[in-house]
Amino acid sequence: MADQSHRKELGQQSRRKFLANIARTAGGVAMLGLGLGMYSRQSLSLPAQAIRPPGVGSEEDFLAACIRCGLCVRDCPYDTLKLANLAEDVALGTPYFEARQVPCEMCDDIPCVKACPTGALDPELTDIDDSRMGLAVLVDQETCIAFHGLRCEVCFNVCPLRGKAISLNRLHNARTGKHALFIPVVHSDACTGCGKCEHACILEEAAIKVFPLKLAKGEIGRHYRLGWKEKQKAGGSLVTPDLEHKYNLPEGVDYSFEGEGLIQPKQQNENDTPFSSNPLDRLNKGLK
Amino acid sequence: MATPVEQLGREAIQQKGWFSAHKWLVLRRISQLSILALFLIGPLFGIWIVKGNLASSLTLDVLPLTDPYVLLQTLFAGHLAETTAVIGALIVLVFYMLVGGRVYCSWVCPVNIITDAAEWLRSRMGIKGGTQLSRNARYWILVLSLALATATGTLAWELINPVSMVQRALIFGVGFAWVVIIAIFLLDAFISRRAWCGHLCPVGAFYGLLGKFSLIRVSAAARSKCDDCMECFVVCPESNVIKPALKGEAKNIGPVIMSSDCTNCGRCIDICAKDVFQFDLRFNNQINEIKTSHQREVLP
Repeated sequence: MADQSHRKELGQQSRRKFLANIARTAGGVAMLGLGLGMYSRQSLSLPAQAIRPPGVGSEEDFLAACIRCGLCVRDCPYDTLKLANLAEDVALGTPYFEARQVPCEMCDDIPCVKACPTGALDPELTDIDDSRMGLAVLVDQETCIAFHGLRCEVCFNVCPLRGKAISLNRLHNARTGKHALFIPVVHSDACTGCGKCEHACILEEAAIKVFPLKLAKGEIGRHYRLGWKEKQKAGGSLVTPDLEHKYNLPEGVDYSFEGEGLIQPKQQNENDTPFSSNPLDRLNKGLK
Repeated sequence: MATPVEQLGREAIQQKGWFSAHKWLVLRRISQLSILALFLIGPLFGIWIVKGNLASSLTLDVLPLTDPYVLLQTLFAGHLAETTAVIGALIVLVFYMLVGGRVYCSWVCPVNIITDAAEWLRSRMGIKGGTQLSRNARYWILVLSLALATATGTLAWELINPVSMVQRALIFGVGFAWVVIIAIFLLDAFISRRAWCGHLCPVGAFYGLLGKFSLIRVSAAARSKCDDCMECFVVCPESNVIKPALKGEAKNIGPVIMSSDCTNCGRCIDICAKDVFQFDLRFNNQINEIKTSHQREVLP
């Protein structure tokens, strides 16, 4: 009997130890998982200066698909792309570039996309002009010398889609009163985010910068409708047309829009006045 | 009792000569380093034989090879990979299913050099004990890495995976990755014996499962010659895999090491002065066979 209870005790002990060991491992792994889960959320926040290669849609999709093999980096003929290293803000091992250092040269054959084995860089991107790596934004109008009335236009001239992605807007120079300002304007329907403008900007710190689309682009409220566009689409006014405006004027008085204001049409004779000389007539008129 | 550390392998060297007592070790180092060299002669000398890294590579512009574990993570994260990566992964998959999954660990992975160095230092310095880890932890972490991929929709594990970090750092520029190299070294040398490769690494766990039914195995074919010097147990990175094969005759267990944890590193073959071990096929697992490969050759 004693032997049996002893064995039972031993069994309980070893079972307890076994369970404790499992709990220890599971606990450790769970802790690791929680920490890593948090950290992975943080890794989604791509820093503003890090631009993804062509063919990347959303950062979330990209981080699900990129296996960090660096084949795109190897096939980039201009050494634009690099893999994020430890202690950088970009998700570890993923490819990106910084436009101010080396911009994308927008190769016609898009070798980086062709090199990607997993499709993290979308193979359906066949025309580099369709890529949207980011969007150039003229971030600082205070330092951009075009706003001082100086001729520069370097960003406009280096743009691979010159005139489409960046055009020049001619404005009046109020300072001199007689010159023009040539203001570079970026158009999101054409800008690929290659970053050549940021790279070429003549300032110490570029006034025009490429940002990931998520950062660079605003979005109009989904309920918002622009009346003139809706009208054009519908081919006519979508609401009841406005009533023609009428002035509530005293009898015999008219209104001239040409600046004269209230006018009285010329009287036929001196006595023919709209106003009766008898004040009672006016009072009684209101009651009729 | 076991041989003192400083005498480890001495008998094998006396019996077989230095090279035979280190044959598989030397071959493994050559394999590990030449794989790295293949990746590096492209960027360093402009000779492009292999591009990419161990996650995915392209050899001679035709042969795609993809790490199936990383690709599995993308699948769990919700991405269906293009055919190139899938073909690459299938080739790798079939290869390791034949030669043994954890051949990746001992013949390819550069982290193995770090952890072997840590183990060498540990044994020379006579460091004993330390944190006890479960050898199953790696399977838990393997499950965790896949679960996290689904939960976060990203390859979360690849943010901290030291295996991909180290090999990528060696091929694409070290940066701060030396911190990881040192961390793994310190972990294995001072905190817990064989902690990374033998207990925690989910890459090894994955490849282990892959090679569950692999063709090539280490076999204690001449186990009757064993003189219980215990040296194989000391040098084996997965010391629990040897016992059933080496000592299982009485329990009717065949001489082939069947555990998928075995890395096919061949250290036990090297260290054994009695030539008990050899590489063999998993089918040569007859229980009472005492033949060595030499004897088998002369049979009709």
